[in-house]
Amino acid sequence: MAFPYNEIVLEHFRNPRNVGTIENPDGKATEGSPACGDMVSVYINVEPETKKITDVKFESYGCASNIATGSIITELSKGKTIDEAKKITWKEASEALGGLPPIKAHCSVLAIEGLRSAILNYEEKHGLVTSKEATTEEVVRKRLKRVMNPMKGLDMVATNLVKSVEVKDGVIRVVVDLPEDHQFAATIKEEAKERLENLWDIKEVNIDFVK
Amino acid sequence: MTIKAVYMDNAAATRLDEEVLEAMMPCYFENYAVATSEFGYSQGLEAREILADARTRLAASLGAEPGEFIFTSGSTESSNLALKGVAKALGDKKGKHIIISSIEDFPVLHSARALEKQGFNVDYLEVDEYGLINTEQLAELLTDQTILVSIQHSNQEIGTIQDIETIGRLCREKKVLFHTDATHTFTRVPLDVGKIPVDLITVSAHTIHGPKGIGGLYIRKGTQIAKIMDGGYQEFDLRAGAENIPGAVGFARAVDLVSDEENARLKEMRDKIIELILAKIPHVTLNGHPEKRVPQNANITFHYVEGESITLHLDMYGIAVSTGSACFSRSLEASHVIMGIGGDHERAHGSIRFTLGRYNNMEEVVHIVDTMAKIVGNLRLISPLGKEGGV
Repeated sequence: MAFPYNEIVLEHFRNPRNVGTIENPDGKATEGSPACGDMVSVYINVEPETKKITDVKFESYGCASNIATGSIITELSKGKTIDEAKKITWKEASEALGGLPPIKAHCSVLAIEGLRSAILNYEEKHGLVTSKEATTEEVVRKRLKRVMNPMKGLDMVATNLVKSVEVKDGVIRVVVDLPEDHQFAATIKEEAKERLENLWDIKEVNIDFVK
Repeated sequence: MTIKAVYMDNAAATRLDEEVLEAMMPCYFENYAVATSEFGYSQGLEAREILADARTRLAASLGAEPGEFIFTSGSTESSNLALKGVAKALGDKKGKHIIISSIEDFPVLHSARALEKQGFNVDYLEVDEYGLINTEQLAELLTDQTILVSIQHSNQEIGTIQDIETIGRLCREKKVLFHTDATHTFTRVPLDVGKIPVDLITVSAHTIHGPKGIGGLYIRKGTQIAKIMDGGYQEFDLRAGAENIPGAVGFARAVDLVSDEENARLKEMRDKIIELILAKIPHVTLNGHPEKRVPQNANITFHYVEGESITLHLDMYGIAVSTGSACFSRSLEASHVIMGIGGDHERAHGSIRFTLGRYNNMEEVVHIVDTMAKIVGNLRLISPLGKEGGV
């Protein structure tokens, strides 16, 4: 029988490793959104001296490849330094799983992004972002591309929800092309804020809605 | 008795009934001739009679005349012929406006889209939270340019039954042709063309324990429709190609074998699935109408978990069902039906369709619900959402 998943993938799907949360983690991130499809949360603890990942946990609201990739990246990243862990690619994760169907790349890449974002979250919280690139409108838009528009299942930039972006004196102001009382206004606001507030040169993030 | 495998995807395909196969066998080994013209040889003439008999019985099951029923290769072809055939016959003569619902199955939906590219105007009627169209809205959209309305009898995913009597009446008043895709209601929900003003009906054998590769299209006498596939003059010159006589015979036999008792039994199992899941598993939503639904369909969203993960776990228990999750589909698109009833991606993501058939029993129903409870509970334990659902 031509089953789409190999035994390693199925094994990780059935018995995912390192599932759960870490209380007060050093870094955490969620990729995807429940409204658009798959979603994965990654939590890490980092040893401050060596910068090694001492603990990593994940949670998944996704399909088999999303769960299996979440599981394998916890195994691949544990014990590695954050710089090493950042470099783990989808290809490496897929190879460690003995190969994933290419059509499933979009579900499984979320786990990789989750790990990278959790590390970035740690770095930002601990003032470790080395490339001190000044936050510009470009940077903000790039980050907002990670915020999903639940109505479309695509990001808020691609679906023209971002009406305007302004960066001035460490304050970001984003205007979202939705009324304030819209069903998804609160979720979008929260997600957008989370993506922006840890930028090293930003003191304040305002997400506003159109009248 | 230990339960080995449970198949509950009968909307996709059904197990063939042995009696159907028995009826078909002589058409493969005894008289395997094609139906010849009335001047043919004996076997061809006999084949012609066998085909005519199957046609008469199928037409009668819809209250129609034999001359109003043609055989096709299945629902997809029937609906293609209905939409494109009417468009071809009336597009230049009468108008280029077609109305369908937004939750039609792909043969109707994609035929309509293909016609749009050829210059036809298509209105896609929105549906309410149960999947029902608004008949008042339909009435407002009908114009003297409208050539066809195509609204399914019931939905392929959520099982909602449309009020085709009212729809048919509205179309009749405006002299607009009305097609309904009855793939999932044929023999399960009464449909009599003497009572309901419908001009074209798509039916298929594969959903009622008949053979795959045979379907039919009811075409009311006098309906303007053109053939869309070129070849011979078979099927009243509306569908070219050597007739699938074994299929036609099997189809007619499959229809005979469906009984009111069976439909009542399916409904009992359907209600049990819904009742047990709603009682045993928290955070679930029934998709479709609570009463206006076909007896064999239950569709439920299990929140905070994803459909492909559920079906893959179920598969390890030998259980076959389907899901509206994008991860399960060939196009990576979430179910247009769940989205159409006002659901979001989240609702489609965890939706599971159970469709019952002749070979399911109550023991399997209980087993499937218990297994679902276990799987959904475990998946919720690893989900960042809905923690309280774990078992």
